[in-house]
Amino acid sequence: MNFNFKHEWIETNIGLMAVLTMLAISVGGLVEIAPLFFIDKTIEKVEGVRPYTPLEQRGRDIYTREGCYLCHSQMIRPFRDEKLRYGHYSLAAESQYDHPFQWGSKRTGPDLARVGAKYSNEWHVQHLVAPRSMVPESVMPNYPWLLSTPLDISDTAARMKALRKVGVPYSLTQAEFDANVVKFGETVARQLHIPDAQKNLLEQANFGNYDGDRSGISELDALIAYLQVLGTMVDFSKYTDDAFVKYR
Amino acid sequence: MAVTSYSGAEQYNFDIVKKFAVMSLVWAVVGMFVGVYIASELAWPFLNFDSPYFSFGRFRPVHTTSVIFGFGGSALFATSYYVVQRTCQTRLMSDGMASFTFWGWMAIIVLADISYVLGYTQAREYAEMEWPIDLLIEVVWVAYLILFVGTIMRRKQPHIYVANWFYLAFILATALLHTFNNLAMPIDLLSMKSYSLFSGVQDAMTQWWYGHNAVGFFLTAAFLGMMYYFVPKQAGRPIYSYRLSIVHFWALGFMYMWVGAHHLHWTALPDWTSSLAAAFSILLLMPSWGGMINGIMTLSGAWDKLRTDPIMRFMIVALSFYGMSTFEGPMMSLKEVNALSHYTDWTIGHVHSGALGWVAMITFGSLYHMMPKLWDTKIYSQKLIEWHFWLATVGIILYIVAMWISGITQGLMWRTFDEFGNLKFSFAESVAAMMPFYAMRAIGGMFFLAGTVLMTFNMFMTIRQGKRENAILEAKLTAKLANA
Repeated sequence: MNFNFKHEWIETNIGLMAVLTMLAISVGGLVEIAPLFFIDKTIEKVEGVRPYTPLEQRGRDIYTREGCYLCHSQMIRPFRDEKLRYGHYSLAAESQYDHPFQWGSKRTGPDLARVGAKYSNEWHVQHLVAPRSMVPESVMPNYPWLLSTPLDISDTAARMKALRKVGVPYSLTQAEFDANVVKFGETVARQLHIPDAQKNLLEQANFGNYDGDRSGISELDALIAYLQVLGTMVDFSKYTDDAFVKYR
Repeated sequence: MAVTSYSGAEQYNFDIVKKFAVMSLVWAVVGMFVGVYIASELAWPFLNFDSPYFSFGRFRPVHTTSVIFGFGGSALFATSYYVVQRTCQTRLMSDGMASFTFWGWMAIIVLADISYVLGYTQAREYAEMEWPIDLLIEVVWVAYLILFVGTIMRRKQPHIYVANWFYLAFILATALLHTFNNLAMPIDLLSMKSYSLFSGVQDAMTQWWYGHNAVGFFLTAAFLGMMYYFVPKQAGRPIYSYRLSIVHFWALGFMYMWVGAHHLHWTALPDWTSSLAAAFSILLLMPSWGGMINGIMTLSGAWDKLRTDPIMRFMIVALSFYGMSTFEGPMMSLKEVNALSHYTDWTIGHVHSGALGWVAMITFGSLYHMMPKLWDTKIYSQKLIEWHFWLATVGIILYIVAMWISGITQGLMWRTFDEFGNLKFSFAESVAAMMPFYAMRAIGGMFFLAGTVLMTFNMFMTIRQGKRENAILEAKLTAKLANA
């Protein structure tokens, strides 16, 4: 072989070095990330998962704003203890409309992936305003300002439009609305219609009265609406125990 | 004017190095103070004061951003500008661009910290800055790349010194990671709020590809660049093995990018991805230890310096912690170990043995070496360096031990069953069990912070001394010239 490679070539040529470095550092990400967008089995086929309603989405915005993900995960692992403590392990499908994902990396507090419908709204209000009054061992901060701050609903539609641009099936046109009726049923499709965003939000908040205060819609209303839907969309009683194994 | 050439002020742009070095210390004090504060919030939650602005969730990114990008970032700008000029024997390509990177970078950290406290965040760990700040980072970073490469192109000898390879890889990788992890759709051009382009599983993978390589390139490759220049300089001997540094460089750069998914073991990420990441994490032990050995063995034949030279001690302890945490990391990436360690404080302890033990210690060593040279003087107090060393070391040990105990306790308590097969402990009981270790961690942090404050004082006095000496020298020269 005549080709006599010398590392010196690279060491004396900054352009070559930059190109080769770029190549070396690009491979890993390409191999591991790109296929996730194309391999069909990455996200499970499962019924029930839908985008958030306007109120739930606004609640999610508050969840991210307050940095809840720094102490609470939303990703249950397939272990016996986690099944007993939190419920069925999380599916990729359940966070398919989550921009950004909030799986978290640390459980200073418990996992919240299936916290929905576990506690009453009253419990959540009390717990978020003064956690230690409900759980004496807790080290969670008090969040009294969520109850006293009115929810800003002025940009609800703008937020849903942005989410639509990144792929969440919120509808703007009649055709998109009809597609959602087919996909999610009419009740859900109405909630996902951007022109009705503010009306839908007000209706859900007034009907749900999550914070127990009818005088207005607080940030706490939205946050609790979000917490109460977490992990409740899939009815696991409809699936056998090993239904999702093939996807992992 | 003759005086200034003493410190090479005409040959090199040291002014920019000085600025970044000083700000590195300022951000160290700020970031570590916030770190101690949020650690204390976990031990004593009343410290949240019912205030949105001080609550743990908003304050934690202030800590991570200030230490990683403020302290670490400024130290990297400072040392890379110093090293690239010294090893290429040329001045930075453009003073204006250098200045732009300084003011740009400072603006980024300040804006980011303020925006978190006000509730603006992308809710992605270590990439919390919202889109306008991300764009600013992009611009500053491209300027940094052009300036760094442009300076290398003006080098006086054919070879590019190994430290510069690592700095280059760090700059390129950070650009790549930052760009793809921060793709987002603003809700309005006048609004800070945006939504990530990706969702769910793809978003998680992208984020941890970024997250682990922020560690791999920002906090490792770049600081290895620091190591490859300052350890041989301080030891007064050449790097142990030139061949090893070649292997180290390419293997580290290639392999690191594969390992991010080990943060997502047992999650809804497909198994093939996280298994691949685990395999590469184990492989990564080899280049990591290759680098550590290359650094430590540089001291062979001069081991006595460990006893006499506290700066050398900072560097060697840094490399030891580097070796330790790059062993612990692959171990934690094994799925069985990860099942226990993930979601617990063990991970926090691991990060800090890398961040305090390796990153901060090698930075302290390098700054102690570099700063007196910049101001053309001697260090104000050797004794204070000794004190700093021991405060920092004791602080790290308290911190890591506390997190090991609390992490493993948490992990075990969560998976303990009683005789009937029910969960033995409620989650709240595991929280209560953490209290003494959270207090111990906060105290460890206080030790470390105290050391950093001592260093800042020591450097402040060193700079003052340097300026005074220069002024006296200048006055003497002027007097001489006047007499002549």
